[in-house]
Amino acid sequence: MTMQTAGAAFNPQQVLRAQVRWRLIETIFWAATLLPFVLTPNYLVLCSQIAIAALFALSLDLLVGYSGIVSLGHAVYYGVAAYSAGLIAKAGWGEPLTGLIMASLIAAAVGFLASLIMVRITHFALIMVTLGLCLLMYEVANQLHDITGGDDGLQGIRMWPIFDMFRFDLYGRTAYVYTLIALFISFLAVRRVVNSPFGLSLRGMRENARRMPAIGAPMRARLHVVYVISAFFAGVAGALSAQTTQFVALDALSFQRSAEVLVMLVLGGAGRLYGGLIGAIIFIVARDQLADMNPQYWYFWLGLLLVVVIIFLPNGILGGLARLVSRKGRLS
Amino acid sequence: MTDIALSTKGLSRRFGQLVVANDIEIAVPRGARYALIGPNGAGKTTLINLLTGMLRPDGGHIFLGGEDITSLAPETRVKRGLVRTFQINTLFPNLSALESVTLAVLERRGDANNWRRSLPHFKDAIDEAYGILQTLLLGDDCERPTRQLAYGQQRLLEIALALASRPKVLLLDEPAAGVPKEESGELFKAVTGISSDITVLFIEHDMDVVFRFAARIIVMVAGGILVEGTPAEIAADERVREVYLGSHHG
Repeated sequence: MTMQTAGAAFNPQQVLRAQVRWRLIETIFWAATLLPFVLTPNYLVLCSQIAIAALFALSLDLLVGYSGIVSLGHAVYYGVAAYSAGLIAKAGWGEPLTGLIMASLIAAAVGFLASLIMVRITHFALIMVTLGLCLLMYEVANQLHDITGGDDGLQGIRMWPIFDMFRFDLYGRTAYVYTLIALFISFLAVRRVVNSPFGLSLRGMRENARRMPAIGAPMRARLHVVYVISAFFAGVAGALSAQTTQFVALDALSFQRSAEVLVMLVLGGAGRLYGGLIGAIIFIVARDQLADMNPQYWYFWLGLLLVVVIIFLPNGILGGLARLVSRKGRLS
Repeated sequence: MTDIALSTKGLSRRFGQLVVANDIEIAVPRGARYALIGPNGAGKTTLINLLTGMLRPDGGHIFLGGEDITSLAPETRVKRGLVRTFQINTLFPNLSALESVTLAVLERRGDANNWRRSLPHFKDAIDEAYGILQTLLLGDDCERPTRQLAYGQQRLLEIALALASRPKVLLLDEPAAGVPKEESGELFKAVTGISSDITVLFIEHDMDVVFRFAARIIVMVAGGILVEGTPAEIAADERVREVYLGSHHG
C-alpha cells in the first residue's frame, strides 16, 4: 500500500473515505436477505427471529466490539423494550411504528440510568454489575405478575396493521418485511455512528483508555452516549420481538439471552458491524437444525463450535475471512 | 512579573509513608525549554502525573498561565493547553497513525462527540493530522496500524498526538526512552522543531541531550527539588554531582 501511494500525490482524506465506503459485498449481503421470500417462504418466522437477533447483536457490538466494554446483561434493554412494546399495545395503542419507537426510547432511558453506574467501573466489576442488573430485572419482571404475566409471559398483545394496511399474517411475511426494514435502517444508523468522529473516539477508548484523557477526551460523557445508543437499538430488537410474536416471555430478560447475544457476536466477529449479523444467522440456523435432530444436545454443538471458533479464529468468522482475503491479496 | 506558563506552589503527594512529591515549587516561563532530571525514583514522572491531573495532590496548587488548574480533570487541562507524552508508549495499537492523530485533532476542535456525520466529512481535521505526521516524518507510514510501526516511529507518534492538541505547555516524559543512543538525536531533532511558542518541560536521562536542548534544568531528588539552574550551574553544582552525576547514570 505504502509503495503505491508514495509516488502519486497522497491524499489522507481519500484513505479515510475508502475505509467507510459502501462496498459491493454489502449490497450483495442485503440483497440476499430478500432471498427467503423466494427460497424458504415457510421459514419467514425463523428469518424474523434472525433479523431481530442480528439487530440485538449489532447493538451489543457498539459496546463490546467498538468501545471495548464487556456486558453480560444486555438483555435488560431488550427485555425492557419487549415488555414496554407489549404493554403499550395492551394498553390500547397497537400502532406498531410509534409503539416501536416509544419502547426503544424507554430502553434508551434505562440505558442512560444504567450508564450512571457503568461509567464508574471497568473489567471484572463491569461483568458482575451488568450480570447483576440482568438478574435483578428478571426477578422484578417475575414478581410483577399482574403487569408482566410473570412466568406465563405477557399475553394478549394485539398489533394493528402497519400503516393500517399490512396485517401481521400467519406466515410471518409482514413480520419479516417489518423486521428487515427496521434492521436495515438501524444498521445504516449504527454504521454512521461507528464511522463518525464519535465512533473513532469509541475505538480510541477500546484501544487505550489511558491515552484518551491525555488527548482531551471526556470518557464518561462518551460512555453515557454509547450506552444510550446501544440500549436504544437493543430496545428496537426487543420491541420487534414482542410486536411480531405478540408475546413476551420472561426469558427476554434472562441471563441466557444476554449470553447468547454475546456468543453470536463473538462467533461472527466483534467490531466489524457484520459480525453480529453473520453470528446471528449461524447461531439461529444451527439451533434450528441441531435442535430438530436432537434437542438435548444443541448446547453440546454450540459449545464445540464456540471453542473451535475462539481457538482457530480469535477474531470470529469475519475476522478469519478478512485475514484470508488480505493474505490472498498479498499473494496475487 | 515575567510571563510564567506553568507553575506550582507547595505541591505535595505521598503514598503512605513514601513522599513522592515534597513541596514542589516550579515556575517555567513561556516558550522556555526546561529539563527535569534526577535519579530513578526521584519523582519526575509523578510530578508530570500531578501536573496533568492523572494523580491528585495532597496539597498545593498548579497554575497554567495565571489560572489555578489544581482541581480540573485531566482532559480539561488538555483543553486548556497542558499536554503530555508518556515514557512507555501509550498509543492506539489498532488505529493507524492517521486515525490516531485525526482523533486527537477532532478532540481539540470539539468535533469528536459528533456521531451524525461521517469521518471523511471532517477534511480540515484530517489534513491537519496529516500535516503533523509529515513534519514528524510519519507521513509515508500513516496508513499502517500503530502496532506495525517501528519503535522509534511510535515514539514520534507519541509527540504527534500531543502536538495535535495544540499545547501551550508540553510535558515530554523521556521522549527518547528505549531508543538507542545513536538514534535519540533524531528524536530530539523533532523536539527542537517544536514551535518556540510552546513551553517544553522534558524528562531525560542522557546528560548530553539535556545539556544540548535545555535552557534550564530542574534537579529532583527523593520527591523534592534539589536545585534549579542553567546547564553550566548544574554541571558545577556539588550537590548534583553527589546525588546524580555521581551515581551510575550515563
